[in-house]
Amino acid sequence: MSDPATPLNGAHYAGYVTIAEAAPRGMITLRGDLGDKGFAKVVKAVTGLALPGQREFAAKGDFAVAWMSPDELLVLCTYDRANAVVADLTAQLGDLHSLAVNVSDARALIEITGDDAREVLAKLAPVDLSPGAFGPGQIRRSRLAQVPAAFWMTDTGFQLVCFRSVADYVFEALSTVAQPGSRVGALV
Amino acid sequence: MLILRCPYCGVSGEETEFHAGGEAHLKRFGPGSSDAEFEAYLFQRENPKGVHFERWRHVNGCGKWFHAARCTATLEVFGTYPAQSTEPPADLRKAISAKRPGWKWREFS
Repeated sequence: MSDPATPLNGAHYAGYVTIAEAAPRGMITLRGDLGDKGFAKVVKAVTGLALPGQREFAAKGDFAVAWMSPDELLVLCTYDRANAVVADLTAQLGDLHSLAVNVSDARALIEITGDDAREVLAKLAPVDLSPGAFGPGQIRRSRLAQVPAAFWMTDTGFQLVCFRSVADYVFEALSTVAQPGSRVGALV
Repeated sequence: MLILRCPYCGVSGEETEFHAGGEAHLKRFGPGSSDAEFEAYLFQRENPKGVHFERWRHVNGCGKWFHAARCTATLEVFGTYPAQSTEPPADLRKAISAKRPGWKWREFS
């Protein structure tokens, strides 16, 4: 199998934080009734993770599950296994009204690492990113400059997903606000 | 700047994260209705100074539609409630009455 062509071709920018495209990751949109016990059971069986609560993000091993809306989850897995995971989910969900789709190549995954990652993201998103308001284990879908994006925290900063078609715009916007000498220092 | 709370994902966000969808609680008049009814459905809108009910969509978030009650004069948001409601919930109407005694909007007060 040929290597996946990522939206940003592994772009990297070192400002006062580092903006870099993440390694290819399997991303699956899973829609269904999150209140249904059978649905939660299948998610647990396939990913090993319990159904996340409102705006929660959970990761374990190769898998991560994020709450996107009252009827939508984002399931992350390894890039190579995405189609197998979709098939597994679809088979196990059976007749339950639901939909699993591999969207790995429809999204861009970007990493923001550094002590001031919160500040760089806060320059573009209308979100309270102070440590008391947003922390690990949470996901936030919002606006990043002019386009929609979703982000969550990692050990070293943030990961964010946006649509592939706007990946370059998002990367450039983040790089611009991360330029050396542009640190505000208001958000610690 | 309006600060709206999405009733589906619980996010309190500023208005650029949302998109306005016009007046709330319209009754659709389609085929079989009179010309006057259809015209009213299509064109006639409230334009109040004060309490107003609108539809909004959390376009940069969960993507869901919901209803919002706000004041057009002060931009105060009284509350939001799910799109599946056919009329403003009683507790929200009570809360508005406490702040704007005697308010009236279409058949609601």
